[in-house]
Amino acid sequence: MSEDTHATELTRRRMLQGAAAALTVATGTVVIGLAGPGGGAATAADPGASDSFDEVFQGRRIQGRPADGGSHHHGGGAGTGYEVRIDGDELHMMRNADGTWISVVNHYQTFATPRALARAAVNDLQGATLVPIVTA
Amino acid sequence: MGVRKNQANLTAQEKRAFVNAVLALKANGGYDPFVTTHNQFIVSDVDNGERTGHRSPSFLPWHRQYLLEFERALQAVDPSVNLPYWDWTADRTATAGIWGADFMGGNGRSSDGQVTTGPFAFSGGNWRLNVNTDSRTYLRRQLGTGVAQLPSRADTESVLAITTYDAAPWNSSSAGFRNNLEGWRGVNLHNRVHVWVGGQMATGMSPNDPVFWLHHCFVDKLWSEWQKRNPGKTYLPTAGTPDVVDLNERMKPWNTVTPADLLDHSGTYTYDTGF
Ligand SMILES: [Cu+2]
Ligand SMILES: [Cu+2]
Repeated sequence: MSEDTHATELTRRRMLQGAAAALTVATGTVVIGLAGPGGGAATAADPGASDSFDEVFQGRRIQGRPADGGSHHHGGGAGTGYEVRIDGDELHMMRNADGTWISVVNHYQTFATPRALARAAVNDLQGATLVPIVTA
Repeated sequence: MGVRKNQANLTAQEKRAFVNAVLALKANGGYDPFVTTHNQFIVSDVDNGERTGHRSPSFLPWHRQYLLEFERALQAVDPSVNLPYWDWTADRTATAGIWGADFMGGNGRSSDGQVTTGPFAFSGGNWRLNVNTDSRTYLRRQLGTGVAQLPSRADTESVLAITTYDAAPWNSSSAGFRNNLEGWRGVNLHNRVHVWVGGQMATGMSPNDPVFWLHHCFVDKLWSEWQKRNPGKTYLPTAGTPDVVDLNERMKPWNTVTPADLLDHSGTYTYDTGF
């Protein structure tokens, strides 16, 4: 991530925190993502090869960056090409054919960007830590 | 041969027998491997590679076989038990009978989503989650939070009216009955119900919530209904399709049954009514 992006990100983050705080006061919950009437239709937005993020959201550090897929347990053609971490732990995720994203935490609901996916997972976790996925 | 009934019509004794068989399977270690298997497929089924359990034509036969395996495991405990189904077009509120303390237990509490009533409440000591996305070991639900409404009867009828089983590219972007039922496209039936329940039901480890089986039993019933209404139509694709299970190909992880083997379930179980 370039310094420029970082500075922009920090500003954005402060604004978002303010907005999120306001929302929390107003409704008692923070709604993130673009859930449609069907329970999760999101419009795809290409994160782009350079769209990394590293921010603190509700007290959790969330990071996203393009990856070559080497860390994926079932690699074979998954081609996610992206990696998201919450406080350093990998959030298993994948990309849908229409360009939207899902994670193991929100598996049946699509999100437009990895960042929205990460924030939705933070909301769901309520402070809990991700555990490595057991596959056998 | 068993008859799978609407959970709303179960007697108190039938409810008790089902719950007790599920708890016994959990206690003898037979339950958690089902959760692991499900998540294995959830994380490995991908739109541009091999896909078997989800986002592919075999979504329906794979879950049919998966439910049969689970039902047999329950019957090994109590031969009188059959899977019940949850008609979410009819029982569509957070206070419906399915969420009673004598059956699935209720909504999660507002502070942490923890289910505190019924046989699967953590405090009862019989339902600790061992295969999970995160460090919480208690069952959670947030009924009607992730999405406000369960699919309606009209939504469901509109999907049953789609006369082609599935279509290329045989994934989450396909047209056809299977993908509209699964919910990646269109009015969204199956996926939406997972989101409506919330908690573990929204995750890849969704079978941690026993309501998973009742939800998927209804999805299976809808497939059965579609088959009845479309006698000339069958499972697609028929042969030679990369990365997906063709009509006569064996499905992982069992490697014993094909979609063709599962099309007619009438020799194994039936449903109490049509849709
Ligand atoms: Cu599944
Ligand atoms: Cu499902």
